[in-house]
Amino acid sequence: MQIQHVNVKLLVQGRVGDRDLEPLIPVFHNWIENQNGDELLIDVADYRHVHGGPGIVLIGHEANYSLDNAGNRWGIRYNRKAILDGSNQDRLIQAARAALTACHRLESEPRLGGKLQFDGREVELFVNDRLAAPNNAETRAAADPEFQQFFRKLFSGKEYSISYVSEPRALFTANVKAAQPFTAAELLSSLA
Amino acid sequence: MKVSNPLWAERLAGKMPEALAREIDIFETEIALRKQGKIDERLFAETRLRRGTYGQRYDNGQRHNGKTVQRLGYPSGELTKGPNTMWDAPGMQRIKIPAGGLNAEQLETLADLAEEYSDGIAHVTTRQDFQLHYVHIEDTPSIMRRLAAVKITTREACGNSVRNVTACPYAGVCPDEVFDVTPYSRALSKFLLGHPDTQNFGRKFKHSFSGCSQHACGLASMHDMGMIAVKRVEKGEEKRGFEVYVGGGLGAVPYQAKLFDSFVPQEELLPLAQSVGRIFAALGEKKNRSRARIKFLVQDLGIEKFKELVLDDRKNLPHDPRWTDYIKDAEQFHEAPLRSGGKPPLLGTESFQRWVKSNTRAQKQEGYVVVTITLPLGDITANQLRALADIARRFTKETIRSTVEQNIVLRWVSQSDLAELHTALEAVGLGEPGAGTIVDVAACPGTDTCKLGISSSRGLAAELRKRLEEKNYELDECIQNLHIKISGCFNSCGQHHVADLGFYGVSRKMSGYAVPHFQVVLGGEWEHNGASYGLPVIAIPSKNIPEVVARLTERYATNRKNGESFKEFVARTGKVELKKMLEDLARPPADSSDRSFFQDWDDPREYTLSDLGVGECAGEVVSSVEFDLAAAERQLFEAQVAFEGGQIEQAGKTAYRSMVQAAKALVKIEASNIADDPGLIVGEFRTRFYDTQRFFDPFAGGKFAHYLFAAHEKANQPQTADSTRYLIDEAQLFIDAAHSCYNRIGAPATA
Repeated sequence: MQIQHVNVKLLVQGRVGDRDLEPLIPVFHNWIENQNGDELLIDVADYRHVHGGPGIVLIGHEANYSLDNAGNRWGIRYNRKAILDGSNQDRLIQAARAALTACHRLESEPRLGGKLQFDGREVELFVNDRLAAPNNAETRAAADPEFQQFFRKLFSGKEYSISYVSEPRALFTANVKAAQPFTAAELLSSLA
Repeated sequence: MKVSNPLWAERLAGKMPEALAREIDIFETEIALRKQGKIDERLFAETRLRRGTYGQRYDNGQRHNGKTVQRLGYPSGELTKGPNTMWDAPGMQRIKIPAGGLNAEQLETLADLAEEYSDGIAHVTTRQDFQLHYVHIEDTPSIMRRLAAVKITTREACGNSVRNVTACPYAGVCPDEVFDVTPYSRALSKFLLGHPDTQNFGRKFKHSFSGCSQHACGLASMHDMGMIAVKRVEKGEEKRGFEVYVGGGLGAVPYQAKLFDSFVPQEELLPLAQSVGRIFAALGEKKNRSRARIKFLVQDLGIEKFKELVLDDRKNLPHDPRWTDYIKDAEQFHEAPLRSGGKPPLLGTESFQRWVKSNTRAQKQEGYVVVTITLPLGDITANQLRALADIARRFTKETIRSTVEQNIVLRWVSQSDLAELHTALEAVGLGEPGAGTIVDVAACPGTDTCKLGISSSRGLAAELRKRLEEKNYELDECIQNLHIKISGCFNSCGQHHVADLGFYGVSRKMSGYAVPHFQVVLGGEWEHNGASYGLPVIAIPSKNIPEVVARLTERYATNRKNGESFKEFVARTGKVELKKMLEDLARPPADSSDRSFFQDWDDPREYTLSDLGVGECAGEVVSSVEFDLAAAERQLFEAQVAFEGGQIEQAGKTAYRSMVQAAKALVKIEASNIADDPGLIVGEFRTRFYDTQRFFDPFAGGKFAHYLFAAHEKANQPQTADSTRYLIDEAQLFIDAAHSCYNRIGAPATA
């Protein structure tokens, strides 16, 4: 099974209010201006007015970044859109690395005043393609070994739990929780 | 871009009409050929537009970051999907929903598409369509196939074609309707889709259906062809028919539709629409796009001549059995409820009561209501769409419609289910009250995604919603019922002309900087099928618009006489007084260090007009151009006042002079001693600004210059009230364009 269009969402601590989101807009505009990285960043879309919505989205060509509230769970989300070469592990690592790098940048961004912090434990992982990865038992059977391999690496062999969303209409989604907290920096170095 | 793209054709084989599947296959081939450079970019652009696949802002590969123009280095290099439209640039996919009718499966498909190909949001437009933004061109065939499998097409959603046929969302359940127009709107939509007689238009064509004349309903007055249900008795038998209007349209200069016929029998509906299309295709303007809508053809010919041509054509049309086949079951058409009708709910909480008051309306069928689901700015998430599908299945037989107010309605809801339904909606954030009230601000996408956007309509709409929501329940009821509509530019996609308080984006220079503004347009009428259009009063910086709304609504609430409508209040107060009320808001802020004034809503970048232009600082000195343009605006205002006072001839002459004045302002940049001779001024303007294309707007081209030339040509001819009204609108647009031209030139002469 080819796992493409990986989305990684790193859940943040505490409640996120409208005021917390507002400074994110100029931050994302600066990312577009500076374009550091090998992805093309294009525009910023503001969906703060939508309940349980994508929040603020940084639209890119290869991927979108967002502070996303889908499922009423706030998190920093990386949504890989462009097809990526390599193995499934390569693609899982790439998405996680991109999400963690973004998270790290946002955590230390002075304009956000430290309000956005990874909660250290919870990660959601989606495959954003229903035909390539329908949310069913076959996909789970095929993807689970890859996911387990990836999360063992991500959490440096430490304990974690993984559960899969059963709603058939949902994207193929894994909810993962580490037994102990990690910082974004620690997880990034585990993927190095 | 999606890895699954090659798989959908096989997966959905047999699940859609063969002809539609073949067409999508052809489009996919065209995409491949374009990538190989084997199809001309202009041809490809028209072909994708006819499938609802639009460009978006920044698709020319450039983006102004507030300081400088930044190149966006798309991986596909110089490959384009149209003139100046980069291949990889995110686009918009428009999805037609005839009469707004949807079922649960279709909502779920829209949810999946929003999630997989867009940004997780589906947007309801002011024409009952859906739109997905930030879509890659190579994903569009998959999108089209998945929609086709649930009987939705994107075909002719854009381009020079018959667009979505809209209809009143209460058709079939409204106590005031004459009869249910739903089957007729569907029949017309099906009949005209891909019809050979609709493939050679010079511009788009929009139809709508209303069940009555007195409510907003289908907004017949502002459509190319609007139908209002009527009945009459013939030989003792009641017959169904339509009052048919043609030649309406908003756009830059709004036109009221003219009555074509007070009774067109139902069996004549489709052939009549066909003949109207044929005359439009044959005689409509094709080269000058700014005059290519049918409203100009009807205006130029006059309604009687137009009607004569259409009826002549109708007589000679070869018979098409579909004219009657498609409507043969129309009189038997009906929807049915899932659950039995019930009694109204007990009072419930305050928030529930508020929601019932604003978001439900009684159906003619006892025990049932229509429930409106308020969508902030017309946006709904994938998860909300799925939840709504479940709710529709649980409480109704999936009788769902989108509305032109950018909401969704659920019909056939039993009154006794309201509390439970509300709870279910609230759980997914769809239980907001305020549908159709002042907080339910409608806005086009504007500068968020549209290439033509001048000011941020959605940014302003979001700000107004927030402020009005905070105090909505304290507001006088007369204010609560007002309509606010916002367009990002003069093209009226936000339908600002028919709002009580309408706004459209313009740009002005202040203290040497370009500043986003909105023209305040007052006195439009939403009811009676969009019966009348507002006139622009004054341009105000975007950041001051909330104060404009506050002042106008407060004044209305305190000064209202004898229950007058807002439109009547505007007429009675008069534009001189209204302008005076707002004038101070048109000035730059006292604190020049406050840079937020020079940024649009929720956009930290310094505002500019386009990705190519640069807003320049000219210090605090006021140039003679600015003085002269201000004089032009003052003259135009005088024209509006004269018009309002019934002095048609004077209004027309003054409007014309205001355009000459604006043209003179620009000419004086190079020929400061030009005499005050209109002929000389218009000639110099043509040579220096039109022939050189310096006056050309990046997106509208030389469109507005034609208004000046036409006005000059007809300067000594008698004018009617209608033609004067159009002239005033055109003068405003010309003056706005003169401002924009000056902003781009960024120059010169000091006072």
